[in-house]
Amino acid sequence: MSVLAAGLAGLLTGFTRLLTGATARWIGCAPAGVQRIYFANHTSHADFVLIWASLPPVLRRMTRPVAGADYWEKDRVRRFIIHEVLRGVCIDRTRQAGSEDPIDVIVAALNGGDSLILFPEGTRNTTDEPLLPLKSGLFHVASQRPDVELVPVWMENLGRVLPKGEAIPVPLLCSVNFGAPIRLAPGEDKAVFLDRSRRALLDLAVSVRPG
Amino acid sequence: MLVAGILGVLVFASAVGLALKLRIARGAPHAVIDNLNARIKAWWMMTAAIGLALLAGKGGVIALFAFASFVALREYATITPTRHGDHRALVVGFFLILPLQYYLVWIEWYGLYSIFIPVYAFLTLPILAALSGDARDYLSRTAGIQWGLMITVFCISHIPALLMLDIPGYEGRNGFLLVFLILVVQSSDVLQYVWGKLLGKRKIAPELSPSKTVEGFLGGVASATALGAALWWITPFSPGTAALMSLVIALMGFLGGLVMSAIKRDRGVKDWGALIEGHGGVLDRLDSLCFSAPIFFHLVRYWWSL
Repeated sequence: MSVLAAGLAGLLTGFTRLLTGATARWIGCAPAGVQRIYFANHTSHADFVLIWASLPPVLRRMTRPVAGADYWEKDRVRRFIIHEVLRGVCIDRTRQAGSEDPIDVIVAALNGGDSLILFPEGTRNTTDEPLLPLKSGLFHVASQRPDVELVPVWMENLGRVLPKGEAIPVPLLCSVNFGAPIRLAPGEDKAVFLDRSRRALLDLAVSVRPG
Repeated sequence: MLVAGILGVLVFASAVGLALKLRIARGAPHAVIDNLNARIKAWWMMTAAIGLALLAGKGGVIALFAFASFVALREYATITPTRHGDHRALVVGFFLILPLQYYLVWIEWYGLYSIFIPVYAFLTLPILAALSGDARDYLSRTAGIQWGLMITVFCISHIPALLMLDIPGYEGRNGFLLVFLILVVQSSDVLQYVWGKLLGKRKIAPELSPSKTVEGFLGGVASATALGAALWWITPFSPGTAALMSLVIALMGFLGGLVMSAIKRDRGVKDWGALIEGHGGVLDRLDSLCFSAPIFFHLVRYWWSL
């Protein structure tokens, strides 16, 4: 990592802390150095940075966010942030002919030994629903690498910090909640697995609401 | 002597906290004792922060309370229901109104900082929310934001504003006014808690705050008043007026705690830092000061300053 990227990474985490408190709560598992896929609800562009900032520095260095190339490859600043600072794995969500299969890209990143942050809803949730239906990507990745732990992560409040279409974030306390890991059972059906994963996220959401 | 007194009390409190932890809890988790120790720890940090800020002078004090306002407003906004249409108003509140209010205190423009939020912010924020075109829960949303700015920015900014009062014969000692206010109000909080734990029977408002009792209230306010009277020599007041002032700010502090408890109860949270596990929020410590600071400021300004 270059000095500029490292400096920017420090600045981003510091700024995120100031805005959100970036409180990590390890409810269902401990922050351990095993290979994992953190799958989380997605409400804002700041999600990447929030999860990333809430991980202990040792884990942060071995965790890469999976990001949509259509958004992050758009200009030089975004490209620099996603590749150099966040070490992101960019996937093509448009599925044009000739482009690389997103699943292959993700699995290749896992084979490199790193953990990943994945937003299985596929896009930002701007509805009043707590969670969109999950895309099948999580299932395909899990069936190719069933050995990797899948950790549900629920982020509370971040959607209000930076709603879609706004440029300036509002400071609000956010919590990042890590639930109990799940795994794809041998022979488990795609719909059953995705439903189970979605339920894991929603159960976690209910358990962390204050009051 | 004041410094030695405060440090002495803190060392004593820490010793008691440690003794209780070892003797009664025997090192195991214990809700009441752990809570007490957390409060004592917060006290050490508060004392250090205020002490350093006072040493740094006017700029340091303003920076400290501006930061406290920021953190308090962040806690407040976190548990206040807002919609996308409030985003602009919140951005303006955090990044424009808050710094401007403290800037006005810094340049000592009393005529503007005392009406800036009650008048200008009060009129601007609902306009911003209306322009967003979302009418759902409109009045409660805009009222909620205005109320939050009043409590966390306007009220708290009256603490550093004490430094700017021009009191004949008291030049250069205004920092002690600030210490007096914080010391009396905060010790009133703690003494109410201690008296309540020792003798508390009759609950004042079981619906709002089960820990507030008549015995705790009377004992706490009375002993804080006595403490304030004993500190008359650091103030421009006589012992009698120092007692009266202490009584007023301790009462306001108590009532402020009650009001803030009502809000927490309404939102269904136990403390303002609900999202930070194991810690109360900054507002849990500042709620009583929010209510007593502006009153104290105006009483002193009206009767003692030029």
